[in-house]
Amino acid sequence: MTLELYRIDDRLIHGQVVVGWGQPLDLEFIVLVDDTVATSDWEQELYRMGVPPEMDVFFHTATDAVAAIPKYRADSRPGLLLTGDIATMRRLVDEAGVTEVNVGGIHSGAGRTQRLRYVFLSPDEEVQLRELAARGAEVTARDVPGARPVTLADLLAGNEP
Amino acid sequence: MSSDPSTSNVERPRAIVAGHGEFAAGLVSAVGQITGRGGQLIAVSVAKLGVEDIEKLLRSRMQESNVKVIFTDLQAGSCTMASRRILRGVDDAVLIAGTNLPTLLDFVFSEAKSPAEAARHAAERGKSAITAHGAGGGA
Repeated sequence: MTLELYRIDDRLIHGQVVVGWGQPLDLEFIVLVDDTVATSDWEQELYRMGVPPEMDVFFHTATDAVAAIPKYRADSRPGLLLTGDIATMRRLVDEAGVTEVNVGGIHSGAGRTQRLRYVFLSPDEEVQLRELAARGAEVTARDVPGARPVTLADLLAGNEP
Repeated sequence: MSSDPSTSNVERPRAIVAGHGEFAAGLVSAVGQITGRGGQLIAVSVAKLGVEDIEKLLRSRMQESNVKVIFTDLQAGSCTMASRRILRGVDDAVLIAGTNLPTLLDFVFSEAKSPAEAARHAAERGKSAITAHGAGGGA
């Protein structure tokens, strides 16, 4: 086992992650990469309270995560890595060799246009996703394991399966 | 003198219910159907919203209705996370995660208690209302 999924999800740890992915993948740990959360004890406690006691949660800044990811990949347990935005994941693609990216949830916000039920993108975020793919990462959207993966082309075209 | 249920203010909002999908609307609808007291609960749906917008929406609903009790579905849910942030440091505020229908039914009939007391009592009622029957489980 290793890191089974590299997911962009602006809700970070929530029901789809802990239950939706956590149960079928038998997740035993989550790596949450977010500069704000990684520097706030209160935020970390908040997210720890949301997971079952047997599931570990590790917090890293983007910079720390680059160095820590090889350790998580070598872990014998199944794990999931989360970022809250595309830019953070891009750093991990560039500097930590992430080759598959799951777009799990980017919700409505200023300047964003809806592409899928659970993905809203600004023009800049669309460019960032294209850049992830240009760097060799396979980018697909899928909110839960039971859903069909949506290719980047279909995601950007708003083709919901 | 006991209160007359036909004249008590059963429609005054006392709590927010929030969760995944149509969880909140469904539970509030069920409470209304069973008791006629669904007006005590404000159903909030957060589909399509990011974390910050969920927090803003819940906060605004609380302020508009002047309630300090939130019922949510999952411990790990976004509504639960947002509610914890909102209620941090707020006196007399209560968040109940893992809400079920018996929880809310108990709450809407606990008008003699403060909303916070009623919520804590309802949470205990909701826990005890879960039972398993059959499939070799004994009775």
